[in-house]
Amino acid sequence: MNHNQIKLTFFSLPENISTARLLVASVGSQLDLSLNDLEELKVAVSEAVSNAIIHGYRNVPENIVHLEMEIGKNQLKIIVNDQGCGIPDVEQAMQPAFSTDPERMGLGFVFMQSFMDELEVTSVINHGTTITMVKYLNQTTSSSH
Amino acid sequence: MEKIIERQTLFLRLDGELDMKTAEGLRQTIDSEIDRRGIRTVILNLQKVEFIDSSGLGVLLGRYKKLLALGGKLKITNVPPHIYKIMELSGLPKIINFYSDESSAYEEGRGA
Repeated sequence: MNHNQIKLTFFSLPENISTARLLVASVGSQLDLSLNDLEELKVAVSEAVSNAIIHGYRNVPENIVHLEMEIGKNQLKIIVNDQGCGIPDVEQAMQPAFSTDPERMGLGFVFMQSFMDELEVTSVINHGTTITMVKYLNQTTSSSH
Repeated sequence: MEKIIERQTLFLRLDGELDMKTAEGLRQTIDSEIDRRGIRTVILNLQKVEFIDSSGLGVLLGRYKKLLALGGKLKITNVPPHIYKIMELSGLPKIINFYSDESSAYEEGRGA
């Protein structure tokens, strides 16, 4: 797979979460990833985009979510960005079972962390949140001798 | 989604994707049967569910808690392996009872 970059910009609407998943799954299926990896990638992206809509924009539609994918030789990098309210305490938000809503499990970051090889969250109050996730790609075909 | 009510037990056969988009509808469907019809046992068949994330899991946990508070039960059946893996990581199978099929979920706890 050649070096590649894809960007998707969409409104903060729940129906766009499946579109984001579909795009990531489509890109992922062209890479050296197992079916299990693909499933996990879909969950991680679903969590990141849901987080932007639910927490970043507090479910207010017609705000913009950015999804960016950078495909390199060794890794797939996925960046999800919102210009929403930001997370007051990122460390606390990333703890398992931390949720501001009793109907939610507080597992979003746990899933992102478990299913990706790297996870970085940067957030500025009233300016938004950027989630950067990296999945390493297998090197099984890198050597020809 | 296929819905059957038999002897005060709600059977729901779910399909497609359980995410933030579909979670709210599922919550409303189950809650209205609990609140309006007095349903206290809910059996969810997940055989045709293709995707679940924490929003979907949150609705399942929320219905479990609601039913528990009313002395009722939530039972989950026919979970596909890739969905079960996600559920396992969430710890949900430690809280909610899982069954291989609807009839074993229905029979359990009914007595002879």
